[in-house]
Amino acid sequence: MSITVRTFDAVIVGAGGAGLRAAIQLSESGFKTAVLTKVFPTRSHTVAAQGGVAASLGNSEEDHWHWHMYDTVKGSDWLGDQDAIEFMCRKANECVIELEHYGMPFDRTDAGKIYQRPFGGHMSNFGEKPVRRSCAAADRTGHAMLHAMYQRNVKANTQFFVEWMALDLIRDADGEVLGVTAMDMETGEIVAFHSKVTIFATGGAGRIYYSSTNAFINTGDGLGMAARAGVPLEDMEFWQFHPTGVAGAGVLITEGVRGEGGILRNSQGERFMERYAPNAKDLASRDVVSRAMTTEINEGRGCGPHQDFVLLDITHLDPATIMKRLPGIREIAIQFAGVDPIKEPIPVVPTAHYQMGGIPTNYYGQVVVPQGNSKAAVVPGFYAAGECACASVHGANRLGTNSLLDLLVFGKSAGETAVEELKKSPKAHKPLPQGEIDRALARVNRIDTQTGGANVHETQLAMRRTMQKHAGVFRFADLLKEGVERISEVQKSALNTEIADKSKVFNTARVEALELENLIEVAVATMVSAEARKESRGAHVRDDAPDTAERPNGRDDENWLKHSLWYKEGNRLDYKAVKLTPLTVETIALKKRAY
Amino acid sequence: MDEQRRVRLERLRWHCRRALLELDIVFQRFWARGEELTDNDEAALEKLLAMEDHDLWYLVSGRTGTDDPQLTSMVERLCRS
Repeated sequence: MSITVRTFDAVIVGAGGAGLRAAIQLSESGFKTAVLTKVFPTRSHTVAAQGGVAASLGNSEEDHWHWHMYDTVKGSDWLGDQDAIEFMCRKANECVIELEHYGMPFDRTDAGKIYQRPFGGHMSNFGEKPVRRSCAAADRTGHAMLHAMYQRNVKANTQFFVEWMALDLIRDADGEVLGVTAMDMETGEIVAFHSKVTIFATGGAGRIYYSSTNAFINTGDGLGMAARAGVPLEDMEFWQFHPTGVAGAGVLITEGVRGEGGILRNSQGERFMERYAPNAKDLASRDVVSRAMTTEINEGRGCGPHQDFVLLDITHLDPATIMKRLPGIREIAIQFAGVDPIKEPIPVVPTAHYQMGGIPTNYYGQVVVPQGNSKAAVVPGFYAAGECACASVHGANRLGTNSLLDLLVFGKSAGETAVEELKKSPKAHKPLPQGEIDRALARVNRIDTQTGGANVHETQLAMRRTMQKHAGVFRFADLLKEGVERISEVQKSALNTEIADKSKVFNTARVEALELENLIEVAVATMVSAEARKESRGAHVRDDAPDTAERPNGRDDENWLKHSLWYKEGNRLDYKAVKLTPLTVETIALKKRAY
Repeated sequence: MDEQRRVRLERLRWHCRRALLELDIVFQRFWARGEELTDNDEAALEKLLAMEDHDLWYLVSGRTGTDDPQLTSMVERLCRS
């Protein structure tokens, strides 16, 4: 069947921070650039980022990119690629200053410089003491960033396709990427976007978990498309969890609540953190608190009818303190937990927050895959940046404020590399392979015509519960093994869904069924990669890989200092070495990650 | 329901996909209640959905208010969980 073909130099999927940054580079270089997005650009999930963007500007005190690099390597538990990390930390200042020139309203010092504040894990002089490295725009950093970059794109004539959902990559027999198929939600029409350069900036897939801080749009569309096109997904076992999300909703309760004296209690009313961290107690680090909470729940001391959450208690605090120092917390507790925290404790659970893995790229933003003798052969025409990509700068654990930096640096880098490629080889568009277009059409047609299939919402819920139980914040060998089987069962349903509404025009049921097909690929990749990695590292913590003298924190560098690569075809894993050699400085040597 | 109205409601429903999880959940609960929407209600919802996410959340969570009676009534309905 023939469909409309639209031709561009570059097609970018996703209009969050990474997509907008890449688009600026291409449009300002004069290339005809399309950006496809499910929602209006300034409604992308980048808006939710509040903490700031890291850059060693040194505006408030001495700082250096090398110190930032050290912190990032250490934060990654040495799974991050040191060439990419050096690249990111060195580029940070340039990218932040550029953003300032785009009109980003950063907070200022009295002297008019960008104000910088400290943030967890960012230190001076190779881990010596906290440093002020985060640049913010009040509590709306992500929001302000998107607005500044969107305006810049409008000026540069970037063409936005809003409320369009990308369906599948178009790859020819040589493996070259020639664009995407996409659906106009307004009309239901499926169109081929034919391009010389395709950049994925589709964000994360936090919605695979039952408890997630991610907005509903974070459905891993780029990861699903890449996996279906034969591109492996890297390090998908690594998910950052936040200890206190409202149970059943996922909305974050800031760490500030515990800072003001909030206490975590189990079903017996016990302040259980005293047993796990006698000194820091409720103020222990995120991973320690999350694991303690999970242990309490797993050992039957959870609260509620299903014993599946613990309580965050601030009823002993002066109500005036709560209103003054914790604005917004009372509203969140009332709205999402149905409790007034002045009178009753808030039900909380560890909640999935950020995806460290993704589509494998190098620091130029090019997608790289194993091919022949190389473990990182460039896929011609294909780039990725932001949370959907794995450069890999976050390794096994991301530092706060490095996510906005990642999307700026690698969004720009992908755009720059794409511009160079377009200038170097101004060739004509290669012909589109009909089979690739038919593949996307068949997928949509299957959903439209399926009878006797699975319910989309029930299947999505089954996936999310399976992931939470079997591949949550604290992992167990038997649960992971069982999880691999369970998620395979859910996958069968996810690829066999039925929708009641068959209309073409603005059919959100169809969109949700398509999103589920993307989410499930991420879920399977996560479960299989997590089951296989028999060590603890960063955010991946296994009960059977404990902290010992021989293997501090349960980390096994001898066998597991390597990246996982999950392939959809055959549901198989491959591995590639971590790049321990930076670009210009010496390797940051392996040691125990301790703060 | 005629096709034109179905499309209008579906579009509204899609515009309730927001950048902030807080708002996603508020709107999810709202639609799940299956409340009837008049033309005026739809107009009020459209007006709210045109707001920036943080501003809308502050309004819905009661941190800020509005003098517009049409919006006040819709915000009250959104808050009913």
